Amino acid sequence: MIPGQFQYYRPATTAEAIGLMAKLGDDARPLAGGHSLIPMMKLRLATPEHLVDLHGIASLKGIRREGDRIVIGAMTTQHDLLASDEIAKMLPILHETSLLIADPQVRYMGTIGGNVANGDPGNDMPALMMTLGATYHLEGQGGVRQVPAAEFYQGAYFTALEPGEILTAIAVPTPAANHGYAYEKLKRKIGDYATAAAAVVLTMSGGKVATCSIGLTNLSETALLADEAAKAVIGTSLDDASLKRAAAAAEAIMSPAGDGRGSPEYRKYVGGIMVIRALQHAAARAK
Amino acid sequence: MNDMTPTREEREARLEGMGCKRKRVEDVRFTQGKGNYVDDVKLPGMLHGDFVRSPHAHARIKSINTEKALKIPGVLAVLTAETLKTVNLAWMPTLAGDVQMVLADGKVLFQNQEVAFVVATDRYTADDGINAVEVEYEPLPPLVDPFKSMNSDAQILREDIKDKKDGAHGPRKHPNHIFEWTVGDKDLTDAAFKKADVTIKELISYHRVHPSPLETCQCVCSFDKVKGELTIYGTFQAPHVIRTVVALIAKLPEQKIHVISPDIGGGFGNKVGAYPGYICAAVATIVTGKSVKWVEDRMENLTTTSFARDYHMTTEIAATKEGKVTGLRVHVLADHGAFDACADPSKWPAGFFNIVTGSYDFPAAHLTVDGVYTNKAPGGVAYRCSFRVTEAAYCIERGMDILAQKLGMDPAELRLKNFIKPEQFPYHSALGWEYDSGDYATAMKKAMETTQYAALRREQAAKREAFKRGETREIMGIGVSFFTEIVGAGPSKNCDILGIAMFDSCEIRMHPTGTGIARMGSKSQGQGHETTWAQIIATEIGIPADNIMVEEGNTDTAPYGLGTYGSRSTPVAGAAIAMAARKIKAKAQMIAAYKLEVHEDDLEWDIDGFRVKGLPEKFLGMKDICWIAYNSPPPGLEPGLEAVSYYDPPNMTYPFGAYICVMDIEVDTGVYKVRRFYALDDCGTRINPMIIEGQVHGGLTEAFAIAMGQEIHYDNEGNVLGGSFMDFFLPTAVETPHWETDFTVTPSPHHPIGAKGVGESPNVGGVPAFSNAVNDAFSFLGATHIQMPHDFWRNWKAAKQLGLIKDAAFAA
Ligand SMILES: Cc1cc2nc3c(=O)[nH]c(=O)nc-3n(C[C@H](O)[C@H](O)[C@H](O)COP(=O)(O)OP(=O)(O)OC[C@H]3O[C@@H](n4cnc5c(N)ncnc54)[C@H](O)[C@@H]3O)c2cc1C
Repeated sequence: MIPGQFQYYRPATTAEAIGLMAKLGDDARPLAGGHSLIPMMKLRLATPEHLVDLHGIASLKGIRREGDRIVIGAMTTQHDLLASDEIAKMLPILHETSLLIADPQVRYMGTIGGNVANGDPGNDMPALMMTLGATYHLEGQGGVRQVPAAEFYQGAYFTALEPGEILTAIAVPTPAANHGYAYEKLKRKIGDYATAAAAVVLTMSGGKVATCSIGLTNLSETALLADEAAKAVIGTSLDDASLKRAAAAAEAIMSPAGDGRGSPEYRKYVGGIMVIRALQHAAARAK
Repeated sequence: MNDMTPTREEREARLEGMGCKRKRVEDVRFTQGKGNYVDDVKLPGMLHGDFVRSPHAHARIKSINTEKALKIPGVLAVLTAETLKTVNLAWMPTLAGDVQMVLADGKVLFQNQEVAFVVATDRYTADDGINAVEVEYEPLPPLVDPFKSMNSDAQILREDIKDKKDGAHGPRKHPNHIFEWTVGDKDLTDAAFKKADVTIKELISYHRVHPSPLETCQCVCSFDKVKGELTIYGTFQAPHVIRTVVALIAKLPEQKIHVISPDIGGGFGNKVGAYPGYICAAVATIVTGKSVKWVEDRMENLTTTSFARDYHMTTEIAATKEGKVTGLRVHVLADHGAFDACADPSKWPAGFFNIVTGSYDFPAAHLTVDGVYTNKAPGGVAYRCSFRVTEAAYCIERGMDILAQKLGMDPAELRLKNFIKPEQFPYHSALGWEYDSGDYATAMKKAMETTQYAALRREQAAKREAFKRGETREIMGIGVSFFTEIVGAGPSKNCDILGIAMFDSCEIRMHPTGTGIARMGSKSQGQGHETTWAQIIATEIGIPADNIMVEEGNTDTAPYGLGTYGSRSTPVAGAAIAMAARKIKAKAQMIAAYKLEVHEDDLEWDIDGFRVKGLPEKFLGMKDICWIAYNSPPPGLEPGLEAVSYYDPPNMTYPFGAYICVMDIEVDTGVYKVRRFYALDDCGTRINPMIIEGQVHGGLTEAFAIAMGQEIHYDNEGNVLGGSFMDFFLPTAVETPHWETDFTVTPSPHHPIGAKGVGESPNVGGVPAFSNAVNDAFSFLGATHIQMPHDFWRNWKAAKQLGLIKDAAFAA
């Protein structure tokens, strides 16, 4: 549980960080809150030779409104998200999900950027960002790119980030004022990753689901967007049969690994239940 | 008397003696982060050692190349079995009469086994060294399932003893067999089963878990070449035993070995045994001439140093149709891993598992235990229980529930029907123990009344009907457990460790100003000895507990003792403390008699001094007596006021308790909620009720963890899973249920203060209460026994096996 040797850098600007990343090459990794990266280094599952700490870059932190979007700097911590009135009001599901991540110690350090860039299917933010239709701002020597969260994840720990690129911010379209939301997460204990979790954002109209999107955490190699499941409930009043159809459609795209949390069979089953509960919970909250 | 004269109550209160909820004095430093643990020991020029470990469960070692590691600046030495052979320490004796590799000698027998020890100037460099040591393995097929250990075609694991027909505990039936241990009357038991109206038979397994104390195992060894003295700071629950073992195996004179256990961050049995880390650090300090520190990390702790349980208990009970038990037959298959490194008293290969008749009056019983080797880490320690007692309590308490189910009887009623009755004490059990005292029915009934047991059963019946009608997907379980512990090892007639009798000791030295220091052979790991030991002395000799300093853990200053585990400190060291205090008091009485000019017999003890009978104004307080003892003792009497007592207990003590757990389980997710947990403990005389409550809370939390999720699991390849706190269930405050505690008091008749020990009761009684609650919840659906741990996934699996989960649940 002791990491190998590495060099440490603390740039003051994004440009400097990108320059360093380009210069240091493949063996360099950005360091955010360190709460995924450092444990992996201690197990020597990750052995970066250079760590580029992003904490010195003030512009990477903070939450701001930009038209109909909320833009969150990559280095904003999970604690910052919880402390923000703006988030509580405009994006209450982000508040709810942040509270379900680990414990206060982890949340003081862990950043939203690190959480989504990490590419771990166990992280809660990726599925949520997909559900919310968020876009990631990536910056490298080649310039700035915007990649939708839904297109970012390619496999466990594989993402659309190009070598040398840094995630600078996440832009989330502001959901409709009357939207309903829920993040339902089954876990063994505080500090554990999800056995299965589902994110739902929807709007209701005349007692029927008008719009809906559903995301799934830790039920496949990457976070998933359950489009078919969402389609199954649009236009319904979330009666039993539609809920079951949605759960079945969600289950159909799940392929979780078996681990100490349960067999694939169990995780899919409770994954379906999380979808049903998140839908019901979200509908009850919709105005 | 004037207004300033304190009342009797005030004098009594000032002592903070037995029965007082005295605040823990050690917490002053612990809550300020000022404890002094082994890792806080930093000696000048100290080196750090760490292990190269095996990735394989079973493999032959073809070669070990240390060249690259030794080239890393700061790496000073790499020890291997070959190096250790030059000092005859490649293997070490275990407490159970086996031998264990210190560093892999020719082959490895479990994953993460110690293969080489890298010594470097700092911890980081040591780890770099580890990664540079090249080991070539030839994998062998692993033996993981203990039920296959004695198959004729099983791989022989221990080539070193493959031809040995006899082990430390008698004949071996197979090269992978360690011992067979039999107790009880087979014929009588067979006859009881033949005659029985009703019998049950069930394989009840207690899975492999780990004590996982907050602080892992660690030591600092420092050899003074000039004086030829070895100082070892370590996380030892039994420092004197370590000193003697080191003297015996390292062939050093015992007076030149100094073992110091500073503050210890929890032990729970994990810190009783001797581990390769200690030996390697000791050899390394002798080789390098510098101090060497070894500190285990969490994964090393969970996967190598001393697991607990792994007992597979085939349990049979015979009974009449009215529910009177007539016979008990148990066969245990005990998985000891690669070496037999159990930390039991030497003559007890399965500890005190023969307490398995529990709290019930079994006329006949027969027990056989077979210990076997597998490719798993060694251990089998008493994780917060007396030796194999939690296994025994789980076995009988599950068995009684299964019998109740078969008889269609309420489990509490079945227990009440079969309890040993108060007038039967001292009670001789069918498996050979003499229970000292107990009043079981009173405790059980108090538990049932307080929890409104009958109403709970009515509620459960209604819920079951609602479940059957499809109105709810939640089931309710009520877990009853009534345990009898056996603690306080132990009488020298049947208890020793490597020939060292299991007495304990206390030395008290009073100072002229009326304060004192007391030292014991026990060693607190968080139990609060500094607080409670002083309370015993305060009551015995009338000196306020605040004026008595308690010190443990330094073998140079503490009297020889066997340490703290198996709830033995209060029964054994606690008795020695009272006896030493009484010697002080006896001398004080001589002094008081002389000064008050009366005969000793004319004096009576009065809280904090002696009074002349019938002359209340003639009084001499203990504080004054201390001064006199040193400065003007009676003619002919030696000056000073000190005493030493070594206590060899006449019997064990037998704490008991009644626990009730109420749990709700949602079948679709397996998620459970402990709605209520009530624990009534009878530990005899209560020294500090607040500390008892704290001990019970901690033990229940561990019991909860064990029953509901904790597990060291191995896959078919012998890879250890659950080797980190990500998977090894350590509940946080959020998961931990609320505990309700209660008590009755049945003093031990043979103990000087009537105390029995409580630290381990909650683990012993708690595990079956949780497990019985889960099993009780599912019982109306046709389940008889669901194995632990009962985590969400396993509960769901149980529900699925009972047909409660439809395969195509979500198909519309
Ligand atoms: C005990 C514990 C429990 C946890 N439980 C949960 C949980 O339940 N749910 C959950 O979602 N998470 C959980 N986490 C993880 C936690 O939220 C992490 O903080 C988070 O996953 C990573 O964020 P970080 O800021 O710590 O990133 P780091 O660990 O610093 O980085 C993670 C990875 O992302 C890369 N990276 C970081 N920032 C950027 C960037 N701006 N641009 C490009 N690459 C970047 C790093 O190079 C690294 O590869 C847990 C962590 C711990 C220790």
